[in-house]
Amino acid sequence: MKKNPVHNRVSKLAVPVLTLIAAAIPLLTSNTYYLDIFIKVFIWTIAVSGMNIIAGYTGQLSLAHAGFFGIGAYALGLLMTKAEMPFLPSLAIAVVLTGLVGSVVGVISLRLKGHYFAIFSLCVGVIILLIIEKWESLTEGVRGLLGIPIPKIGSLEFATISAQYYLILFFLILTLLVNRRVIHSLVGRTFLSIRNSEELAEALGINVMQSKILAFVYSTVLAGLAGALYAGYIRFLGPDIANVEHTFDMLLYLLVGGISTLWGPLVGTALVTVLMQWLQSWQEYRMIIFGPILVILVMFLPYGIIGAFVRRKMKRQWEQEMQENSIERPGMRDQRLAGGELDA
Amino acid sequence: MEVELFFQQIVNGLVLGSVYSLVALGITLIYGIMQLPNFAHGHLYMLGAYLTLFMMTMYGFHYWPAILVSVAVLVLIGMLLERLVFRPLHNAPHINSMIAAVGVMLFIEALARKMWGSDYHRLDSPYEDAISLFGLTITQQRLIIIIAAIVLMIGLNLFLKRTVIGSTIEAMAQNREGAFLVGINANKVSLLTFGIASGLAAAAASLAAPINLVYPSMGAMVNLKAFVIIVLGGMGSIPGAVLGGYILGLAESISGTYINSEYKDLAAFVILVLILTLKPTGLFAKEAR
Repeated sequence: MKKNPVHNRVSKLAVPVLTLIAAAIPLLTSNTYYLDIFIKVFIWTIAVSGMNIIAGYTGQLSLAHAGFFGIGAYALGLLMTKAEMPFLPSLAIAVVLTGLVGSVVGVISLRLKGHYFAIFSLCVGVIILLIIEKWESLTEGVRGLLGIPIPKIGSLEFATISAQYYLILFFLILTLLVNRRVIHSLVGRTFLSIRNSEELAEALGINVMQSKILAFVYSTVLAGLAGALYAGYIRFLGPDIANVEHTFDMLLYLLVGGISTLWGPLVGTALVTVLMQWLQSWQEYRMIIFGPILVILVMFLPYGIIGAFVRRKMKRQWEQEMQENSIERPGMRDQRLAGGELDA
Repeated sequence: MEVELFFQQIVNGLVLGSVYSLVALGITLIYGIMQLPNFAHGHLYMLGAYLTLFMMTMYGFHYWPAILVSVAVLVLIGMLLERLVFRPLHNAPHINSMIAAVGVMLFIEALARKMWGSDYHRLDSPYEDAISLFGLTITQQRLIIIIAAIVLMIGLNLFLKRTVIGSTIEAMAQNREGAFLVGINANKVSLLTFGIASGLAAAAASLAAPINLVYPSMGAMVNLKAFVIIVLGGMGSIPGAVLGGYILGLAESISGTYINSEYKDLAAFVILVLILTLKPTGLFAKEAR
């Protein structure tokens, strides 16, 4: 398929340019409030990117993500406090552990399809929350896990907020780069084919179950990473971080930004977080305003901000091609809109 | 003594199960017609409880008329939601109507908090006396819950099977295209379904409110459990919702007594995981189309 050179260049430049801007931010402002918002946006973007892989690209709506976020967070917290392990090994173990739990859950739950899978995974999320809440001898329950030490790598201590900022920014960029790589790889195409039609994918000789499990485990690993980073940043944990509400928040970020687009998670998370901060002064009216905004948004921007942008560009590109070639190829457009190149 | 305790738990399980079944029935009806998992259903349940409470405390209504008003208002709210939110989204990707349901959920809860505060309220039913039945002590209210739920279920069943308007709902749930072919108006049916489902939620909430408390997030757990039930019973299946509700109620009250009351809420989800691991389409799934 012929690629649009402009589109390609923009996409390639976006990462380094955004990285530079993001890296410069702590130099421009030392305002803790702004940096805190940025850090939270980064953390949630990592988790939402994971959700994007399974729900967006593979088409399996997993609602257990807050649970896996919680597992990652608590694993890191417990390893650093109770086992007194250093930061990096704890982070690695936390991520691997989340992936292991994810693979077990995936093997069981991915046999279900459609809404059954969605609700099953929702229940898995609730189970994880309840276990974290009730297993007091390990997690301290509702009292919360206090006193997680400051993350340290070698002699480098991430004590200041701008140090934390760079640490988390590093993992965000890593996540986005890996995601980009995955999406464009054969594995990524396999995920897309499963989303478009499981039967067709199977007929093509794709091992659907295996690919779905792979996508699921990868997505839980990202949720775990985000959770672990969160634990290292906030350094205090309560069971509430695994609450189902956070899963819905993530789904919301994903949908606002644009599901199955590479930049959707970042745009959606940033936009909604900033909007929520802005509505903070409205106190209890916040959700009263926010609920209807959400409904209106899914009505008029059903593919999210990046999604709408990509679609418009594709349509224009298609029309241009039509004029150049002046041959009727009615199948092409649908095919592209249905999946193909949804990464802006 | 042991035997008595056991039967007491059976009765408690039936009480819980009646409430769960009524809520799950609403969700399964909506799912059957619109393929929409309505996450806001638990919050309609909460609204129902509040309305009954206010009808009784502020306007001095008796318990039963208060319930009637609450059910009627919720039927209207349900229909309004269908018309304003879910109908326009019917052709959008499924995930969008789920998100819209989340939006509705956030809105209703925030509204309730704003208007009525986050306090816990007690709803005093006029039927607090305990009566003795086959050696068991049970409050009248609990007996009323069990009986009223059965009456409502029989009523719903008669409505769906015996009346023309009810059988249009059945027809749409069974086969959408077929229903269109015989001239059934899809919009009317989904409007009606939303109304009935919300009414059932209000009835369940008003019945259960005297034995629980009334507060803005009271619907969240019930909602989740009702989803567990309809997945267990097969999504869209009416008998599945009823049976699943009672199974869950019984499992919860028995495991709460004999295993550990701390983990009572966990029972529902563990049962779900176990059953779905063995039978991925639920207990009474409709045939795969």
